[in-house]
Amino acid sequence: MSQQRVLSPRRVERAGGQPPPTRRRGLLGGVFGKHPIGSAFVTPYLVFLAAIFAYPLGFAVYMSFHDYFFTAPGAIVDRPFVGFDNYAAVLSDPAVRRAFGNVGIFLLINVPLTVGLSLVLAFALNSAIRWRTFFRVSYYVPYVAASVAVVGVWLFLFNADGLVNRVLGPLAPDPSWLVNSKLAMPTIAIYVTWKQLGFFILLYLAALQNVSKDLYEAASMDGAGRLKSFWNVTVPGVRPATTLVVLLATVTGANLFTEPYLLTGGGGPDGASASPVLIMYQRGIEQGNPDVGSAIGVLLVIGVLLLALIERRFVGREGR
Amino acid sequence: MRIPWRFLALLAGAFVFLFPFYYMLVGSLQTEPDPSIRGAFPDPGNLTGHNYSEINAEINLGRSLLNSGVFTGGVILGTLVFGVLAGYALARLQFRGRGAVFSLMLLVQVVPFQLLTIPLYVLIVRSYGLADSYLGMIAPFAINSTAVFVFRQYFLQLPEELFDAARIDGAGELNILWRIAVPLVKPALLTGVLMTFIGPWNEFLWPFLITKQQDLQPLAVSLSNYLTTVSARAANPFGAVLAGACVLAAPAVTLFIIFQRRFISSSLESGVKG
Repeated sequence: MSQQRVLSPRRVERAGGQPPPTRRRGLLGGVFGKHPIGSAFVTPYLVFLAAIFAYPLGFAVYMSFHDYFFTAPGAIVDRPFVGFDNYAAVLSDPAVRRAFGNVGIFLLINVPLTVGLSLVLAFALNSAIRWRTFFRVSYYVPYVAASVAVVGVWLFLFNADGLVNRVLGPLAPDPSWLVNSKLAMPTIAIYVTWKQLGFFILLYLAALQNVSKDLYEAASMDGAGRLKSFWNVTVPGVRPATTLVVLLATVTGANLFTEPYLLTGGGGPDGASASPVLIMYQRGIEQGNPDVGSAIGVLLVIGVLLLALIERRFVGREGR
Repeated sequence: MRIPWRFLALLAGAFVFLFPFYYMLVGSLQTEPDPSIRGAFPDPGNLTGHNYSEINAEINLGRSLLNSGVFTGGVILGTLVFGVLAGYALARLQFRGRGAVFSLMLLVQVVPFQLLTIPLYVLIVRSYGLADSYLGMIAPFAINSTAVFVFRQYFLQLPEELFDAARIDGAGELNILWRIAVPLVKPALLTGVLMTFIGPWNEFLWPFLITKQQDLQPLAVSLSNYLTTVSARAANPFGAVLAGACVLAAPAVTLFIIFQRRFISSSLESGVKG
């Protein structure tokens, strides 16, 4: 609370520094709407969006079609248009293709697991149950903790000689989880599911408030059991939330970087857990080819958009 | 008596979610790393605070925490100042282009930020020379769009008569916002601060890219550098990493636990009404 009070006077000062738009009201009120000062209020936000989202997005597309390289600031160099050369280089790069395949594996595990677990847990939490607050808090804690911190303890847990393998005993995989080329990506997918689940549980909890109690009553009058009413009332009732969860989980998957960078030591073993963003970082910044990096980024955006469209169709069509 | 399956399942779930954090704390206090099952229980003979001094000697926890704090504070300040203005305008003012701004705000939330990493890196580091600076760190996160959305939702819930009355009295919009609207949506401000906090505090990729100077790195970055490079040389690398992890995770987790009631219920509300 005290923080707000400290911050508040400054807001007035800053906002007051903008040109006084009240004067325009009488003159241009008709053209600019009833409260033209609104445009002034959103201007800083719009400038931010233009500088941080729109311009870089356009710049990325520009770089991906040119031979772009790092130079000393102010140096004027020729950066010729090269058409689809960067894209051709990216698409023929086995490491990039592998990374896109890896993210596919990630999404196949992460998205269904996230939707299923968060819906079931939210449903269980939505009833009058002992320790409800405790459960909500404990499911949410991984989401608020820094990934870098949590990765530290997962490394310790899933180490070849770690607690998980000790508990599993003879069932422990060999080579161990994070150094096993078949298990590294699934382990990361499970890690991310675990970490994000609390957020998605909250989304579903909110959606469950919108499912009418009458529908449950009607279902039970029709003789539907618990499982049946979950399937026939709850699942369709939260479908809009499911669409959102699927989309957000997909975007999170496309953003994967910290986990392969730290958990599997840079996408190991041998690229089995490399993600497109990791490769983008290696090619674009470590190896100094921002044009190639941008091409990976553009392809990733296109991939996510296509996937989002397909998912929306798929999740939406099941609806009534 | 019926077995409370639902309760037991939730309890098992809570164990899975909380155990790594418990293990983080226990591991950070062990003299010798003990990955056996017995090691999951604190052993008085194997407890030490040495891991904390070791990680502090390597990455200067105070300085890293300060950097994380400045980075996070800057983002919160930007969000509170400009985000509240934008949220208020989107909720209560009719002006040309409002619909477009609103759609843009929603669109931005699904743009994967990491994809802008390369162009932002080129612009901020190479063109503007803002590498190793707080400004460069803060800029891409300066206004949290989700917080703008939450502010808007709260301003929308206020009764229109309130604003009409103030306008008839001749109050300017800035005055109305500051004297009438903001005091009524204080919970929204708190929610905005909390949800904005965890973003930059936990952010890794961006500050990692633009800070090469160790004394400007936020804790998430310096800890990960320790994890990937230095820890191999340490006597008890896991202990030191887990000690650093506890320091990094503690502020966000503590804030969340203190404010969880308000935090969870307000995000529920904004979700329902969105």
